[in-house]
Amino acid sequence: MSIATEQLNRTIAPVIKDATEFELKLKPYEKYVLDNGVEVYAVNAGTQEVMSVELVFSAGNWYEQQNNIAAATNFLIKNGTKNKTAFQLNEHFDYYGSHLTRGCYNETANIVLHCINRHLATHLPVVAEMITDAIYPQHELDIYRQNMKQRLTVNLKKCDFVAGRLIDEYVFGKNHPYGVYSNKEDYDALQQEQLQAYYKQYYTEGKCIIFAAGLLPADFVQQLNSTIGQLPLNKKEIPSIVHPLTPAEQMKYRIMNDEKGVQGAIRLAQPFPNRHHPDFQKVQVLNTLFGGFFGSRLMSNIREEKGYTYGIHSYILNHISTTAWMVSTEAGRDVCEATITEVYNEMRDLRDELVDEEELQLVKNYLIGTILGDLDGPFHIIGRWKNLILNGLDENYFYNSVNIIKTISAKELQELANKYLQPEKFYELVVV
Amino acid sequence: MVQFERYTLSNGLRLLIHKDAATPMAVVNVLYDVGARDEHEHQTGFAHLFEHLMFGGSINIPDYDEPLQLAGGENNAYTTNDLTNYYCQLPAENLETAFWLESDRMLSLAFSEKSLDVQRKVVSEEFKEHYLNKPYGDVWHKMREMAYKQHPYKWMTIGKELKHIEDAQLQDVKNFFFKHYTPSNAILVVAGNVETEKVLQLAEKWFGPIPAGEKYVRTLPKEPVQTEARRLEVKADVPLDAFVKTWHMASRLERGYYITDLITDILGGSASSRLYEQLVKGKNLFSNIECYHFGSIDNGLLTIEGKLVKGVKIEDAEAAVNEEVQKMTQELVDEKELQKVINKTESTILFEDMSVMSRANSLAYYELLGDAELMNTELGKYQSITAEEVLAESKKIFDERNSNTLYYLSKN
Repeated sequence: MSIATEQLNRTIAPVIKDATEFELKLKPYEKYVLDNGVEVYAVNAGTQEVMSVELVFSAGNWYEQQNNIAAATNFLIKNGTKNKTAFQLNEHFDYYGSHLTRGCYNETANIVLHCINRHLATHLPVVAEMITDAIYPQHELDIYRQNMKQRLTVNLKKCDFVAGRLIDEYVFGKNHPYGVYSNKEDYDALQQEQLQAYYKQYYTEGKCIIFAAGLLPADFVQQLNSTIGQLPLNKKEIPSIVHPLTPAEQMKYRIMNDEKGVQGAIRLAQPFPNRHHPDFQKVQVLNTLFGGFFGSRLMSNIREEKGYTYGIHSYILNHISTTAWMVSTEAGRDVCEATITEVYNEMRDLRDELVDEEELQLVKNYLIGTILGDLDGPFHIIGRWKNLILNGLDENYFYNSVNIIKTISAKELQELANKYLQPEKFYELVVV
Repeated sequence: MVQFERYTLSNGLRLLIHKDAATPMAVVNVLYDVGARDEHEHQTGFAHLFEHLMFGGSINIPDYDEPLQLAGGENNAYTTNDLTNYYCQLPAENLETAFWLESDRMLSLAFSEKSLDVQRKVVSEEFKEHYLNKPYGDVWHKMREMAYKQHPYKWMTIGKELKHIEDAQLQDVKNFFFKHYTPSNAILVVAGNVETEKVLQLAEKWFGPIPAGEKYVRTLPKEPVQTEARRLEVKADVPLDAFVKTWHMASRLERGYYITDLITDILGGSASSRLYEQLVKGKNLFSNIECYHFGSIDNGLLTIEGKLVKGVKIEDAEAAVNEEVQKMTQELVDEKELQKVINKTESTILFEDMSVMSRANSLAYYELLGDAELMNTELGKYQSITAEEVLAESKKIFDERNSNTLYYLSKN
């Protein structure tokens, strides 16, 4: 080893600029309104001639009267229109190397196009066709039902999948859109007419917002306007529906899903207010310290010190109206209870002891560095904007968040820990 | 076109610099030319376990993650059968922190008993989480063992069995380090908002003094040509029957590799692909079916894998797969379909190249293959492939004697 001959003192870290000294700028969007009132938020940036157009509909499972209607309507929107079969639709996008994906969430459901700029004009009329002319063929529905049921059967063998369903149910209640989950019978009950009706109300005549990003072509607004802008969207008010929360009374659960399982899926969760609550952004910092990154208390203790798990994380669920603070891990079957004890020990330490300045600075710098890195490229930037806009927030929220990260004190974090990190507030679940 | 500059330090470390002033970040990517294929058959899973240990403190720095996070950085790493790659991203102003950390762990690790003890457990839990505690989790253990008789691709990156990981000793760790983690066995890529002069100076300062070590020369047994179809049937506690079939394919730099890549896209990978359209939608035999390969550097496996619709006989499902495969060997793929999969490749490359991290990753990978410039000539290779070549390559691959078939049946 030649260490002795070196001039360099490798034990001394290079001087760093504290990330909290960095100025973070969220590139503003440009906003347009199409002829039919559809709002378009656009971020024009990037280095490659590619773009994304995301159409967000108020068509999530919040609005369905029966389980899985929203998800099935969203999925099968690509499986046939009056003029094109499912294959032809898929081939249309695939031929140009484009991606047309769709996703169904709680409040919203979307259709997302990723393509090379020069193909946008070819694709937009077909996207418009999917919004007005989807027909929901019976045989497509039959195959969908069968395949989703099969997939569910496989997933139900997995302890993490089962745990994810149950913990949502405990926190929000089985009849709330955030707590509901799919059963085989729900798929069997799906009827073509129901999907067609949901489609008409929430897509064809639904409420839509568009988020676009990339190195956008000069005429992209005209392109959107001459296609999506001419559809009968945003004409009717969408119903305002209130779903009561019905959290479970019992707090602790141990479920045996697979006698031969070698790991248990652990979930701890407590109900938590949404982004408009004054504690929300501050708790994001506390959460990072607790279990939000690789250097967190939970990871350091339970993975890096004890080796009970491959990974343990805490996070606040990305819900709009109300949410939950969750701890999630898969641990060796024989150390599940020990893992839970350690999670509570970490809560206790955060309640009882001030975090020292060095660790606090590390968390702050890490968070700022992450935001800095995450503002890289148009798709990330539009993602941030979308999250703000769908939650009824603006750039002030972003800048306030940054400010909180830079200025929050150890004392504030301790107060928050005392307010929230109380074991009795958490539902506790182990599924083996 | 991704621009880069290339240098070699006197200890053999290759350095690539890729500048992008549009980002405030810098990326430091260190690729080591060692993967699970370099392991001993009785000590598998070691390259990956070792990757974990690279975070357990180096000779002069007790903890890797903390100083990086303090500098506003993030990092991760992955191991494959071919290579081990470490990458971090941090604000460009703090670039030197990454040099300090990465060079120290190339110089030497702390070799702590405690770190080994913990990471043995962590990796065991990873093994359980992904391969033991998941339905169908051992499919690739079985398939690799069937398809490879000589080449070390016969085990997975995670290892052949838990015991190999549990038995790892500190001396093995040391031997592995000094054999593989040398400057001449590594490729350093620095990308993002960086200046060439500064990077060169930092590289000389931090990596320059690391002793060259002995160059590892890879001599792996070549997998003999398979001359007889292999079949295996297992019964497991899974809800659905699964069908998996593989065929040996070309190695990474052969033209056949690129052709095979397109073949997998023609057969699978999208809702307009042949297997999906014919077997999921048309004949309703599979609830899902995929066709893919792992992008292996040595000769890999073209794979078709799917779960059967309940009630379908697996022999019927196999016959239908074979029919589609036969079609590939008998009929020229039409121009439109060929163009479709070439277009898909173009778009995949463009989207991948959006992030500076991904560009840094790719540069290191292509340099490992022989020349980072290959990154810029990939698309041209795909675009020059003809329908005749697809037919010829299909004939070569889809020979039943070259195939391995696994029936993974539900016990219930």
